[in-house]
Amino acid sequence: MALISLTGIDKFYGTYHALRGIDLDIAEGEFFSLLGPSGCGKTTLLRTIAGFEHPENGVLTIDGQNMKGVGPNRRPTNLVFQNYAIFPHLTVAENVGFGLRRSPLSRADKTKAVAEALAMAGLDGYGPRAAHALSGGQRQRVALARALILKPKVLLLDEPLSALDRKLREQMQTELRRLQRQVGITFILVTHDQEEALIMSDRIAVMFDGRIAQLDTPEGLYLRPNSRAVGEFIGLMNLLPGMLRPEDGRLLADIPGLGAIPLPPDLVAHGAAPGPATFGLRPESLSLMSPGGALPTGQFVDGTVTERTYYGDMTYYEVALDGAPDPVTCSMKNLVSRPVLERGARTRLAWEPGALILFPDG
Amino acid sequence: MKGAGLRVYTALYLVFLYLPIVLLPIFAFNDSTVIAFPLGGFTTGWFAELAAVEALHAAVLTSVKIAVITALVSTLLGICAARAAARYRFPGKSGILGLIMLPLVLPEIIVAVSLLVVFLQIGLPLSALTVILGHVLICTPFAIAILNPAFQSLDVSLEEAAVDLGETAWGTFRLIVLPLVMPGVISSLLIAFTISMDEFIIAFFLSGSDATLPVYLWGQFRFPQRLPVVMALGSILVLLSVLLLVLAELARRRGARRRGALDTGGFL
Amino acid sequence: MADRQRSGSGRGMLLISGPLLYAVVMLAAPMAAILVFSFWTQDFLNIDTTPTWANYREAFSDPIYRELMVRSLKISAMVTAITVLLAFPVAYFISFRVRPERKALWIFLVTIPFWTSYLIRVFLWKVILGYNGVLNSALIGLGVIDEPLTLILYNFNAVVITLAHAFAPFAILPIFVALERIDRSLLEAALDLGETRLSAFFRVTLPLAMPGVVGACLIVFIPTIGDYVTPRLVGGPGGLMIANMIQTQFLKLNNAPLGAALAVIAMGIVTILALVFLALNRRFLRGRS
Ligand SMILES: Nc1ncnc2c1ncn2[C@@H]1O[C@H](COP(=O)(O)OP(=O)(O)OP(=O)(O)O)[C@@H](O)[C@H]1O
Ligand SMILES: [Mg+2]
Repeated sequence: MALISLTGIDKFYGTYHALRGIDLDIAEGEFFSLLGPSGCGKTTLLRTIAGFEHPENGVLTIDGQNMKGVGPNRRPTNLVFQNYAIFPHLTVAENVGFGLRRSPLSRADKTKAVAEALAMAGLDGYGPRAAHALSGGQRQRVALARALILKPKVLLLDEPLSALDRKLREQMQTELRRLQRQVGITFILVTHDQEEALIMSDRIAVMFDGRIAQLDTPEGLYLRPNSRAVGEFIGLMNLLPGMLRPEDGRLLADIPGLGAIPLPPDLVAHGAAPGPATFGLRPESLSLMSPGGALPTGQFVDGTVTERTYYGDMTYYEVALDGAPDPVTCSMKNLVSRPVLERGARTRLAWEPGALILFPDG
Repeated sequence: MKGAGLRVYTALYLVFLYLPIVLLPIFAFNDSTVIAFPLGGFTTGWFAELAAVEALHAAVLTSVKIAVITALVSTLLGICAARAAARYRFPGKSGILGLIMLPLVLPEIIVAVSLLVVFLQIGLPLSALTVILGHVLICTPFAIAILNPAFQSLDVSLEEAAVDLGETAWGTFRLIVLPLVMPGVISSLLIAFTISMDEFIIAFFLSGSDATLPVYLWGQFRFPQRLPVVMALGSILVLLSVLLLVLAELARRRGARRRGALDTGGFL
Repeated sequence: MADRQRSGSGRGMLLISGPLLYAVVMLAAPMAAILVFSFWTQDFLNIDTTPTWANYREAFSDPIYRELMVRSLKISAMVTAITVLLAFPVAYFISFRVRPERKALWIFLVTIPFWTSYLIRVFLWKVILGYNGVLNSALIGLGVIDEPLTLILYNFNAVVITLAHAFAPFAILPIFVALERIDRSLLEAALDLGETRLSAFFRVTLPLAMPGVVGACLIVFIPTIGDYVTPRLVGGPGGLMIANMIQTQFLKLNNAPLGAALAVIAMGIVTILALVFLALNRRFLRGRS
């Protein structure tokens, strides 16, 4: 049974329709992410679950209880704010113990709980420090400890890592994931960083304009985006205009530059119909070969390197395919044995038809 | 521009600014009864004389009473207004705030006269109470001006965090909002107190028989032989004002530091 | 972040209702009362409540009132000009020449005199400027003059000097704030584009500081025009202003309706001039964006 269930949630700011009929079930113990561009309503949805925003329509239940009219202070959720919202006039320990003020625990038990929470967040010995003098990473740990000490059923995190620098962010991503496994409660993470969502989540809801565009596992989202928008938002994607045309009782994908190939079986099952269509192909599904060489299986096409971007571990090439209107991007792992091609070099690209993604809306 | 010239000019300007205040203690300790140079000998007699004047004590008491109540009421009103201005949207907001802040730019004589007319019409006898009513009116805008930055810089998410952690609205106000704006509140209390203690026109029109300290002083100006005593009294008043101001400024800075903000600018 | 204002207008209205009610009862209503009052007339001990323009006619036709009004305006205009001109270099100095961490201290230093008893400060000017006053006795003692100067007390000049002193911090603060807002890289850009320091001041600094200057003018002009204490203490008969006449009508001549009419007129003048200043300010602001 779902721990959190949203049905037909609508939220308006004045006349602005910020959430449009959100339906969502989130399971217990799940690491769930809300991913989307700025302004798509991620924070609004999170704050709706926390109880700070009141939806005009729809039903929100947590653990089977309808949350209508239940204030944030009486919900089994706790929120880690984007700027952490550390109380500047209190010490670290007072911050972490803030929510225990009304609990029936004895003073000694509260002190113990605070010490445990600090230890769990990697803040041993920081208790007596003044909160306003902490670094960004430490503030975030305090915010986590402060929320988790109340043993909520759900921890809500609003872009908790966006204020950290890259190194620290990567470290905290791992740590958050570890923490979630350790405490075993549901985490709902808001992020606009697709990489972060892919790394951390069990499931991801991609949001555009107040709607959930796709709800899936990271692999599902990456490999089977259900629309161009999702495909383009997550990772890099070559979008190739083409035609689907029936021949000999099956469908043929005719893509200028790549040629005409029989549509792979799982795309047929996808509900493809004859007519114009857009095909997606991830850069890593295209691989460069030196001219003349050939892969044992798959397709290949020839082209000219028009641009090259070197990333250290990878090189991204832009290749103008012979007979294609626009160049495609392909990525190659840099191996010692593999020479880096220069602009203007002739090359041959191999690709797998099984990697094709079909966007019928195109 | 010319660095040295500007520096000298500013120094001269400060001399001009402080000239009257510096003269106060000089004549307060001067044993000649005329306020002029050259000075006579040193004396503390004028201060001793202050202790003997009954009417003065009554005036001081009245003024302090008025100033304390004014400070409390106007700061309370200021907290409500600053909080509403910083946190909520409501219809007619700017107009309402404009009306409340209006006394800041209104000649005090207008406030005094219009209140006088109303009080006489409704038959409210002139007393310390009527002075308080007038002083609260002019001190509230100052309180708002001082409290507004404190409330504006208060991060909403701090309050939301407290509610999220289980606090009620009142608990949040008491545990988070109040401690964080407290330096502003103290500053506002001190400033309102100082303004009320110093205010003359409104007290002059509305005090009836409850003379405040400035009204008492005004009466003393007519008697040349009383001037050295007035100088002594003035010295004490200036000293106290400066003391209160330094306290208010320290409170304000502590608040700024606590919020982790950069310290800039002073009052207003 | 902090601008996530709650739109729930109920709470806001509830909070503001206290201060609003106070302002309506103690400010709006009395001002309305004064306006109504100014159309009544004093009939010895009684008030005749038939509405009439008589007070206004008297206020505008009697040369005494007219002269007081004109003099008040003149004094306020002079005080404003002098105060703002004298204050500008000081504000400039604090903003551009003082190290950032010392600025707050300097502003504090400049504002202290403002917070000490106004009455005593004005009175001290009387002591300084008087016939046997500090200035004259000092100058005679130094042998600079033989006879006490008489043109400095109980006249127009004394009022102007005293008011210019009293309102100095009022002028410094808004100019300082405007100067502080100027992005220092703009000045570097001007120098880089070939301006001299002086021409950069006139072409960049001064125009950008103009809103502060206009604000300073407003904030000095409005209270000075209604000032009562200074003209009374150091003005003599030739230095009295409109506020003194309002007080006289109310408390001495017992002609409150005429006093009310004078107050309404003074307020009208202040409002009109304030609007003119604000319009000027808007033009400067528009010129900027
Ligand atoms: N209190 C509010 N009043 C009016 N409009 C609001 C309010 N809060 C959010 N909005 C609007 O609702 C939309 C969704 O906002 P939300 O904060 O949920 O976006 P977000 O997906 O979290 O974006 P970001 O990544 O920038 O944080 C935005 O267009 C925003 O301008
Ligand atoms: Mg957001």
